[in-house]
Amino acid sequence: MAYKFDFGAIWEAMPQLLAAGLGTLGLAVAGSLLAIVIGIGGVVLRDSRLAPARWLVMSFVELIRNTPFLVQIYFIFFALPLLGAQLGQLLAGLGLIARPTNYLLIGPWPTAVIALGLNGGAYAIEIIRGGVQAVPKGQWEAGAALGLHRATVFRLIVLKPALRAIYPSLTSQFTLLTLTTSIAGAIAAYELFSEAKFIDSQIYKPFEVYFTITVFYFVISWFMNQLFQAFARRYFSYPTK
Amino acid sequence: MGVDQYLFLLNSLKWTLILSAVAFAFGIPCGLGVALMRTSDSTPMRWLATRWIDIFQGTPLLMQLFVVYYGLALLGLKLDEWSSVTVGFTLHASAFLGEIWRGAIEAVPRGQTEAAHALGLHYWSRMKDVVLPQALKISLPATIGFLVQLIKGTSLASIVGFVELTRAGGIIANINYRHLLVYGVVGLMYFCICWPLSLWGARLERKFAAASR
Repeated sequence: MAYKFDFGAIWEAMPQLLAAGLGTLGLAVAGSLLAIVIGIGGVVLRDSRLAPARWLVMSFVELIRNTPFLVQIYFIFFALPLLGAQLGQLLAGLGLIARPTNYLLIGPWPTAVIALGLNGGAYAIEIIRGGVQAVPKGQWEAGAALGLHRATVFRLIVLKPALRAIYPSLTSQFTLLTLTTSIAGAIAAYELFSEAKFIDSQIYKPFEVYFTITVFYFVISWFMNQLFQAFARRYFSYPTK
Repeated sequence: MGVDQYLFLLNSLKWTLILSAVAFAFGIPCGLGVALMRTSDSTPMRWLATRWIDIFQGTPLLMQLFVVYYGLALLGLKLDEWSSVTVGFTLHASAFLGEIWRGAIEAVPRGQTEAAHALGLHYWSRMKDVVLPQALKISLPATIGFLVQLIKGTSLASIVGFVELTRAGGIIANINYRHLLVYGVVGLMYFCICWPLSLWGARLERKFAAASR
């Protein structure tokens, strides 16, 4: 007996799925922004003169890159409330707040943003570092010889070629991070996968539900790639020689 | 955490390693097929391989596992979790290895293919004896990098219900409520497997970069 596909029930659940798609997009955007901040901060520390800071960043990068995101998000999910309790005790002990308060009971969605940001940040550190190194030292020296300030040299001379050099790997990292948001469903953060699980538990059409959101993910990542490429054509298509 | 719980984790680590090894082993011939199609002269073949790669690179691995899991059941294939998860990871690996090896095949200088042509070698001999051995060397760092991704990716099999390292950690943490310790140990176990591989890949990459200079 051949199975009859039933996408009618999915059609009825479409408003819920589209709303959850916004949850996914929100996770992707917030996670990517946090990843960039961590990435830039990490590079500054990674190339600083402080040996412990360098060591800390290197360990962080290796630790994140060599463990699964699922284990990371579980760990952070259980670590944050404990960390918050300790922090509350500490602040109350110092007399800064009246009674111990846990500021890190933030729920699954913000927790997922933190986990995505930390994970994406570790990869961003390596990528951005490569970009800074891609600009020849002579460019810095030439700028200095023209009497420009270090910050001005960076803004006018170094920044754009460095961005251009890392653009493909950085944007594909963003796409990867967007696809990784599906794992945030494991801690019940509001996004496509957790919503799909919920809908499946009501209508018992697992294949149709999961196939539909897989198409959603495909469309999202395809659209992101188009956007990234259009941006690159607009800003980075200048001759270099 | 008692000794038997650590032993349970180690036993589950075995399943993580077996799953990774089997998916990688099946992924190699399939990935080679995708790479050869992707670099072939036939337009439909190239189109098919490109779409195949696009689909797997444009969707989450977790969803690929779910769609394969329920899709195989609809096809009338009553597979246990172990087989369906293996099929899922193999298909995933075929696309990613296919893309890595396409890059490597294209990185072999064109003159090599032309010289093989001039010597009268036919397609299979040209690939097997001239292009692929060189491509293999070029692709080694990226291939090792993908193996690390795959090992980490097998943790997602836990969401489908397969008991490997991460799922075993979840089971133990649900009993003793020491989530941080358990997931810390689980993470450390993954790290001990993946880090040496990553270091090896990075070392090869530096070596090849120095040799090509």
